[in-house]
Parts: sequence; C-alpha cells; structure tokens
Amino acid sequence: MEALDLARWQFAITTVYHFIFVPLTIGLAPLVAIMETAWVRTGNERWLKLTKFFGKLFLINFAMGVVTGIVQEFQFGMNWSEYSRFVGDVFGAPLAIEALAAFFVESTFLGLWIFGWDRLRKGVHLACIWAVAIAVNLSAFFILAANSWMQHPVGTRFNPETGRAEMVDILAVLGNNTLWAAFPHAVTAAFLTAGTFVAGIAAWWMVRLVRTGDETRIALARDVYRPAVVLGTVAMLVGGAGVAISGDFQGKLMFEQQPGKMASAEALCDGEEAANFSILTIGDLSNSCEGVRHILEVPGVASYLGTGQFSGPDSYLPGVNDVQAEYAERYGETDAAGNPISYTPNLALTYWSFRLMIGFAAGSALLALLALWFTRGGRVTGNKWFARVGVWAIPMPFVASSFGWIFTETGRQPWVVAPNPTGIDQIRLLTERGVSTAVSPGMVLASMIVFTVLYGVLAVVWGRLMHRYAVEGVPDVVHDDSPEARDDDADRPLSFAY
Amino acid sequence: MDLALVWFVLIAVLWTGYLVLEGFDFGVGMLLGVLPRADGTGRKDTERRLLINTIGPVWDGNEVWLITAAGATFAAFPEWYATLFSGFYLPLLAILVALIVRAVAFEYRGKIDDAAWTRRADLAIQFGSWVPAFLWGLTFANLVRGVPLDAGHQYAGTLADLFSPFAVAGAVVVTLLCLLHGAIFVSLKTDGDIRARARRLAAGLAWAALPVAGGWAVWAQLAYSVTWTWAVVGVAAAGLAGVVVTTGRSREGRAFGLSALVLVAYVVLVFGSMYPDVLPGAGGGESLTIAEAASTPYTLGILTVVAAILTPLVIAYQAWTYWVFRRRLSVRDIPPPIGLTWQRIKDAAF
Ligand code: HDD
Ligand code: HEM
Ligand code: HEM
Repeated sequence: MEALDLARWQFAITTVYHFIFVPLTIGLAPLVAIMETAWVRTGNERWLKLTKFFGKLFLINFAMGVVTGIVQEFQFGMNWSEYSRFVGDVFGAPLAIEALAAFFVESTFLGLWIFGWDRLRKGVHLACIWAVAIAVNLSAFFILAANSWMQHPVGTRFNPETGRAEMVDILAVLGNNTLWAAFPHAVTAAFLTAGTFVAGIAAWWMVRLVRTGDETRIALARDVYRPAVVLGTVAMLVGGAGVAISGDFQGKLMFEQQPGKMASAEALCDGEEAANFSILTIGDLSNSCEGVRHILEVPGVASYLGTGQFSGPDSYLPGVNDVQAEYAERYGETDAAGNPISYTPNLALTYWSFRLMIGFAAGSALLALLALWFTRGGRVTGNKWFARVGVWAIPMPFVASSFGWIFTETGRQPWVVAPNPTGIDQIRLLTERGVSTAVSPGMVLASMIVFTVLYGVLAVVWGRLMHRYAVEGVPDVVHDDSPEARDDDADRPLSFAY
Repeated sequence: MDLALVWFVLIAVLWTGYLVLEGFDFGVGMLLGVLPRADGTGRKDTERRLLINTIGPVWDGNEVWLITAAGATFAAFPEWYATLFSGFYLPLLAILVALIVRAVAFEYRGKIDDAAWTRRADLAIQFGSWVPAFLWGLTFANLVRGVPLDAGHQYAGTLADLFSPFAVAGAVVVTLLCLLHGAIFVSLKTDGDIRARARRLAAGLAWAALPVAGGWAVWAQLAYSVTWTWAVVGVAAAGLAGVVVTTGRSREGRAFGLSALVLVAYVVLVFGSMYPDVLPGAGGGESLTIAEAASTPYTLGILTVVAAILTPLVIAYQAWTYWVFRRRLSVRDIPPPIGLTWQRIKDAAF
C-alpha cells in the first residue's frame, strides 16, 4: 500500500475512535451538571448519588477522549503536511482558538471538580462542572468550524504566489452555514447519545432492583433510578428531535454545496425529478452505475430531503453521472499525474452509512417513547425486556454518529477540501495531494500498527471499566464533603484521591 | 514589531508554559520509581499515591499548554508545523504513545485495587514521563543545531540525523531539568519523610545539572548560537546555583521558582538561537525562516486579539487552581484505595 492509503486508513480509524468518546463527553457533561444542580438546589441525596455515579463513568470516558484527541491534532502535521501547508492559514485558527478557549477550561475545571469536593463551596464546585459542560460544547463548535470549512470553504482567498489558501474573513468562517447546521446536529446527537446511556443504565438497574421483590430495593429503584430514566429519556427526545431537524437542514445544504455527496447517498445515477428515497438498493463492487438496482423505494422523499419539494421541476436532483461531467469540466479530467479523476465517492459506503445513521438514531429515539410509557405517573417496572432493550439501545447512537461521520467524510471524496460551487475555484484540494511527501510508507505503517494495537487494548480496558462501574451502581452512602457542611476545621484525608 | 515576530515570541511563551508546568509533572512521574520507600511513614504504595496526587488536579491542565503550542504553530506558522511534524515523525509518534499511556494510567490506576494493576499503571506513568521529556529535549536541540531541509522546505534527513551527539546531550539535559523540577515540586507539596528525601535528591540533582546543563549550553553557544544568549546562559547557571543553596536551606518555594527560571532560560536560549529561522538548516543549508513560515497578517492579527484576551484568563484560573490545592499532602491525607477489588468484580451481585 502507498503512504496515501495508509494515511487515509489511519485517519479514519483514529478519528472514528476519537468520536466514540466525544459524543458521550459532550452530552454527559451537561447531564451530570444538571444532576449536581438538582442536588445543590433540593438537597435531596438521590441527586448526589447520581452525580457521583455518572460522574465516575464520565471521567473514565473523558480520559479516552483526551488522549485520542491529541493524536488527531498531531496527525494533521505528521500525515497530512501538504494539506496543512495549504490550509493552515484558515484551518489552524479555529484549532488554536479551540485550545485556548475550550481545552484549557475543560481540563482545569475538571481537575477542580474531581479533587475539589472538600475544597470548594457547593456553589463553586457546581460552577466548575458547568464550566466543563459549556467548554466541551464550545470545543465542538470550533472543531466543527474547521471541518465545515473543508466541506464548504468560505471567507478565503487563494494566493497564487504561495499556492496557499488565506483567510480574509474570520466571521465568514465562523458564520459558515455548513457549520451552523453541523454544530446543532453533532451536539444534539451527543445529547441523544448521553441520554440513551443514562436512561439505559438506569433502566437496567431499576428492573434489577424491582425484580428482587425486596421493599427497600424497590424503594431505591423508585427513588433514585426512576428519575435518572426520566432525565435520560427527556435528553433522548430533545436530542432525537434536534438531529432530525438539523439533519434535514444539512441535507438541503449538502444538495447545494456537495451535490455529488447527495447523489451518491441516494445511489442516484442520472438526475431526476421527484427522486425516490430507496430503503434497499444493491449494486456491484465496481463503484459504477451499471450495477445499481433499487429494490424498495419511498416516492419523492430523496428529492424532499435535498430540495424541500416532493415533485415538480424544483425537485430535480442531479445524479453522480451529471456531477462527474460537470466537475470534470470545471476542475479538470485528470490529476497532476495525468490519471483520470473520479468525482464519485464510494457509492455503497455513502449509501449505507447514510441509512445506518438515520436508522440507528431513529431507533434509539423511538425507544425513549417506550421508556416514558413504562415509567409514566411514578411507575417502576420489573419487566425483563425493558432492561434488555435499555441496554441494547446504549450503543445505537454511537453507531449512528460513527456512520454519520463516515458518510460526511467519505462522501466528500475525492476532495479533502471540497470546492465551494459558489466560491473561488482554486480553493480546493484533492485528498491525494494532501498527504505528507516527506514520510515513507513504512513510517505510516508503523504508526498505524502502533495506534491500532494500542487503541485496541485501550478499548478493552475502557469497555471493562465502564461496564464494571455501571454494574456497581450508585453508592450506598454519600457524604456531603463541602466546606460549609463540615462542623470542624480539622484536617482529614482527601475526599477524593487517585 | 511585526506580527510574525510577536507570534514567534508567543510560541516560545507557550512552550515555556508547557515545560515549566508539565516539566514538574514529568519529573514527579519519573520519581515514582525512585522516591517512594516502604520504610518511611507509610506503605510504599501509599507514597506512590501521594506523589501522583500532588499533580492529580493539574496535570491535564498542564498538558493543554502542549496542545495549544501545537495548535498555535499550525495556525501561525503552517509551514513550520507541516515540516516539523512530518520531519520528526517517529519521535513524535513515540511521544504520543507515551502521553497516551501516561494519561490513561493516571485516570485508571485507582479504579482497580490490585497490586499487579497498579504496578502496570506505575510503569506506564514512568515510561510516559521519561520518554517525552527526553524526546522534547531531542527535538529542541535539533531546532538549535539545524536539520537538513530541501528546497521545498521538506525534511531531507533520516531518523539517525536527529540523534547527533549534541541532540542526545540536549535530550539528557531536559530530562535532568524535569527530574530536578519534579523533585523540588515534591518537596514543596508534601510533608513528612518524603519531603526531606525529595529535598536531598533535588540538591544532588542540582549539583549534577550545573555541569551537564551548563556544559551543553556552552556547547550550544559556541557552535550554534548568538552573543546575547550568553546572558541567558548566565541566568540559567545562577538559577541552578540558587537551587543548590535554597534546597540546602529548605526554602522549597524559592527553589521551585529558581528551577522554573532555569527552564525559562532554556526556552529563551533555544528560540534565541533559532531566530530568524523557525527551522535552521543543518550546516548552514536551506532553512525555513519566520517570514516564510508565517500565516498572513490578517490571521495573525485575529490570533493576537484572541490570545491577548484569553491567555491572561487561562493563567488566572490555572493560578487559582494551584491556590485551591495549595495544602501540602502527607501520607495521612491519602484515603484507603477506592478501587474495586477482583473479588468484588467477580461477585458482582448485591
Ligand atoms: C447520533 C448521531 C446522529 C444522528 C441521530 C443523526 N446524525 Fe446525521 N450526522 C451525525 C450524526 C447523527 C454526525 C456524526 O454528527 C454528522 C457528521 C458531521 C456532523 O456534523 O454530523 C452527521 C452528518 C449528517 C449529514 C451530512 C452533512 C454534510 O456532510 O454536509 C446529513 C445530511 C445528516 N447527518 C442527516 C441526518 C438526518 C436526516 C438524520 C435524521 C434523523 C440524522 N442525520 C441523524
Ligand atoms: C475537524 C474535524 C475533521 C477534519 C479536519 C477531518 C479531516 C479529514 C482528513 C484530512 C481526512 C483524510 C482524507 C481521506 O482519508 O480521505 C479525513 C478522512 C476521514 N475522516 Fe475526517 N476529519 C474531521 C473530523 C472527522 C470525524 C470527527 C470523523 C469521524 C468520527 C471523521 C471521519 C473520517 C473518515 C471515516 C475518513 C476516511 C475517509 C476516506 O478515506 O474515504 N472525520 N478527514
Ligand atoms: C479531527 C479533528 C479533531 C481534532 C484535531 C481534535 C483534537 C482534540 C484534542 C487535542 C483533544 C484533547 C483535549 C484535552 O486534552 O482536553 C480533544 C478532545 C475533545 N474533542 Fe476532539 N478533535 C477532533 C475532532 C473532534 C470533533 C469533531 C469534536 C466534536 C464534535 C470533538 C470534540 C472534542 C471534545 C468534546 C473533547 C473533550 C475530551 C473528550 O472527548 O473526552 N473533537 N480533541
């Protein structure tokens, strides 16, 4: 394999891996902050128990998000140095601002939160977790600003002397309509993810306790786990509605900005009006239009997703063949080495990842309604299936997010910076031109093996710890360690230590 | 002053923040295999946990200085970022692996209460502290010495070129300075037997650092640097001498300030020798200058405004964190392990 293929695989593996931890962090931080707020406001111990319980799971997860994130930041320079040279002027700024504005806040205030239970007054301690919750969402904003610029470059001019993209308008970069669609989408997806996580674990515990038949345990289920199920469920519904609305909006933008992505998401070969949304399509392995057969279709829906019209001339969607012809004319038929360029992304991958994203997301959001029904009016349930479904639901939004990214990023191919149809043509970069030239395939292979093995081991450790600490449940007794709750000033052991 | 120069200085500031802060937590990590004793006032594991908890609340915030330094280099000097990171590929890979296992070990060490588990975590922390300190030192020494570049500003050397005697000596120097900085930090943050041990060790390390670091700095001066940085070398030497004196008199706070000053002087020496390049060419060959590597004035202007507002804030709330956790820790402060035992893991019943 060439360095290019290896670098692409490595980027895909490490980023998707990073994004396993990211959505849980983004969504769980505010949920834990809400739990602690409830504890501070009501003084009800149930909320302190839940804060400590989900706080611990949050921390196990957070560590993985941090370590895998650093790899991402270095990787642009290590494997994609030509890309970095080309875009650094525009792309680096949001990354640097992200570090200064968000990562510092996250890491510093999380340290205060973890170790500060007995050092900070209650209100200050609470403010720390809110600072973390706001900062993780802010970091999502800035990283998505960078990514949205790759999808739809704005606010930039091309300098023919240096051959680099140069930023001319930061407000345009931060006001990119792609960003303002992607950000709510990723954040609401994160709420869906974290809500499912909280509700699923709490549901499993509730059922487990109710099934013991023991009065005090049933009381614990009703008193502690049921409110967590409800809180998680509400986050799921808000998140589920949010991804649907923002996703619909993204679809419209994608139609304008990256028609090739939309066409390949629908495996649509030739443009048509009132295009159908297919639920099942088969193709052959050649990534060509000849083999595509649509088996099961819903009329007009694909057109609606892209244009807002089910039928009529305004509902016209171009197909991959149309896009190929248009792009070949506008951006050239061959690359620098004289090889023909295919402007069609991998059809099967984009088609299926798009459907899996929507399918898994819709699936978990629907389960939220089920959970609300089972817990209506203060009810608890001992239904075994309720617990099982709750646990199965947990991975679903993760899978949806991963496919969402696989779709967005592979659908952008062959571009790493997709040209903006209404922007300047020179601001575009083929993925094959972005890869480092000073790095040998052997080095990329080495790092790929190292990361894959290391990430594999860490995944096992992370999974086991998450699982085991989830099974551990809320603590039996919790103490209010805050300075105002202590009657004496004597030194005592740290309330939290590694 | 032109903005590219401002950012050259600001990148130096970010690396200074990184070395001064993460420098001591690297040192503490390295000392994990050195300082703890079973014959002190506590069990050996309690002393190990004591060490880890002196940096527990802050190590992650310290590491963000690195993330910011790298991000700011990407934004302000894309060519520098691209050439450096692709050119120093394998050392950076090793640094990444080290930082990953180290951070995960900090967070997960206490989660399971088992001797083999904590043993492995301790090894990961030590590996994760020695390796980056050494390799950052190697990298900076190469920035002083210069690296082979081609006309397209691509790194044109081999891995072996990065391991010249000068670079390896520079790596040893940074490792030693971090170790010293960490030992002083432990003496400043702990109480009891371990505090005295850390202080004695720090005094010894300061003695060793004087000739080693001083010798390397003189080498750098004679072979690669400019006249004015002699002043910096003088400051560093005075700082190390001050550390020897202050550790002898149990003035840990001052000793810490002085060893921080030595690290500041080190960064000034490195950046002072590089100027006006960001990547000097080896043996006077093709080099990459500040002006060639810099982003446009527009981008630099935006970054300057953002940094001017946010950096003081960051420093303020990080300082506040150190204030909140200012109390010295002793083995008595360390609560019993809270991790799950294997027994508990096995019978996950009620
Ligand atoms: C839990 C996660 C999740 C869920 C439930 C959904 N998505 Fe999504 N989707 C993502 C997770 C995601 C993502 C990982 O967050 C992406 C990748 C980049 C981004 O901002 O969002 C994404 C990208 C993405 C794009 C590509 C945007 C572009 O490349 O310009 C479209 C068109 C949609 N989504 C549409 C939808 C629709 C119609 C959904 C209906 C329910 C939906 N998504 C649910
Ligand atoms: C700012 C954010 C991001 C940037 C700048 C970015 C950039 C890139 C780059 C440079 C490539 C290499 C080109 C290629 O391999 O084809 C790539 C590919 C890829 N990225 Fe992203 N990415 C970002 C976010 C993500 C995220 C969060 C995910 C998913 C979790 C993701 C998933 C992928 C995948 C799956 C590929 C492989 C595509 C392919 O090889 O066909 N990306 N991205
Ligand atoms: C490929 C581009 C990406 C890069 C270079 C990157 C970089 C980083 C870095 C350096 C960290 C560690 C910060 C720390 O130490 O606190 C991190 C963590 C984080 N990143 Fe990413 N990231 C990328 C993609 C994303 C995306 C697309 C999102 C959100 C939509 C995101 C959200 C986060 C969050 C919330 C954290 C906090 C830690 C955690 O997740 O547990 N990142 N990232």
